Amino acid sequence: METMLSKRIIPCLDVRDGKLTKGVKFKGNIDIGDPVEAARNYYEQGADEIVFYDITASSEGRDIMIDVVKRVAETIFIPFSVGGGIRTLEDMRRVILAGAEKVSVNSGAVEDPRIISEGAVAFGCQCVVLGMDVKKVGKSEKIPSGYEIVIQGGRKYMGIDALWWAKEAENLGAGEICLNSIDADGTLEGYELELTRLIATNVKIPVIASGGAGKKEDLLDVLTTAKADAALIASIVHYGTCTITELKEYLSGNGVKVREVW
Amino acid sequence: MIAIVDYRAGNLTSVARALQNLKVPCVITDRADELRRAERVIFPGVGAAGEAMRNLRESGLDGCIREIARSGKPLLGICLGTQVIFDTSEEDDMTACLGIIPGGVKRFPEGLKEKGDLLKIPHMGWNRVQFRGSHPLFAGIPGNAEFYFVHSYYPAPANGSDILGETEYGIRFASAVSRGSLVAVQFHPEKSGRFGLRILKNFSRWDGDNAQ
Repeated sequence: METMLSKRIIPCLDVRDGKLTKGVKFKGNIDIGDPVEAARNYYEQGADEIVFYDITASSEGRDIMIDVVKRVAETIFIPFSVGGGIRTLEDMRRVILAGAEKVSVNSGAVEDPRIISEGAVAFGCQCVVLGMDVKKVGKSEKIPSGYEIVIQGGRKYMGIDALWWAKEAENLGAGEICLNSIDADGTLEGYELELTRLIATNVKIPVIASGGAGKKEDLLDVLTTAKADAALIASIVHYGTCTITELKEYLSGNGVKVREVW
Repeated sequence: MIAIVDYRAGNLTSVARALQNLKVPCVITDRADELRRAERVIFPGVGAAGEAMRNLRESGLDGCIREIARSGKPLLGICLGTQVIFDTSEEDDMTACLGIIPGGVKRFPEGLKEKGDLLKIPHMGWNRVQFRGSHPLFAGIPGNAEFYFVHSYYPAPANGSDILGETEYGIRFASAVSRGSLVAVQFHPEKSGRFGLRILKNFSRWDGDNAQ
């Protein structure tokens, strides 16, 4: 019997002070700066989920983000997650009550892993996504996989092995992992396939691959060869290289099961 | 008016937001009298079965849900709400549930594989539902429509006649069940895009009669 579960295509929107940090181009090259409108457009194009990443520094900006989350929740009826700066259960609660399905914890969990277990107990495993920023380093006694956890956009090495951390987060109750390769991020030269395959085949929870998507073939590789359960995309759709619909048609034509009607 | 049962099982506002988008009046309530008064009832929920049943018993809503299921009033179970409608759940060391539909709720077996790849648990993402026959709640839903699932346990009804739709994930399980004016789905219609909203719209107009 064949499983019919679709591979998910997930656009990621970076938000600062309630606005998209880079405009998103849609049909007719209209540049959209409003995250709610961008989310609506991607929802209509067939996005399976949407990720918001809040890069706001100020507390005023965070209040604006909560308002954005509320408006998104009234506009799109697919799951969406919010990450960026989540450090406490209260941070998680605010985002969930505003209407997000899932909350992504990243450096906050590296600094204090209890947020994973406490978040899972308070809101359910399905709510807690572990965001991992990873850089390739040499294999060593301390970093046996050759992939190390980094924070602050890759500036700070944490001395933690990425594979160990993924398994630890799974044991603590994370429902999903969003695996971001800092080396591949922004290159548009494809996902880090070796890293993705290593993590995706060694944990039992779903893994979303992130960083590096520049063309259709990159998604095909990461969803087949590298065994990712979902692919996060940004520039490839924000700059109008492809629509989500076109990506799905290509993947489907190459034998990848995706959600084809919406 | 649709009443959404509040038994402290996760965030219930997403169901309310979907109904608001459809311009269907609704109320989130933990009061039995309000549930009895409503024309239709939605019984949603995310979380664990043990805690959910504890909350239902403590609030006395367990009896109220059973009564509504018997009364002929349209009742829609979603996700955890669907699971606790059965006799028992393997979650939380065998939880005794509401016993409205005969059968149990089981955990996906570890190590299920598909073409050599391990199937992840939870079953999270979009999947199809193969409907058995037609039902007013699924009017207008194309056969290749997909719905959003997130769960580690699945319904296993004792009687095949209660199964309305099935989904494949390593095994074939009942993703939609019905008995009289009760319909219960494992997926989340409120998070399943246009087709999910269509199910909620159909429910808001359904009189509880299964005849097409």
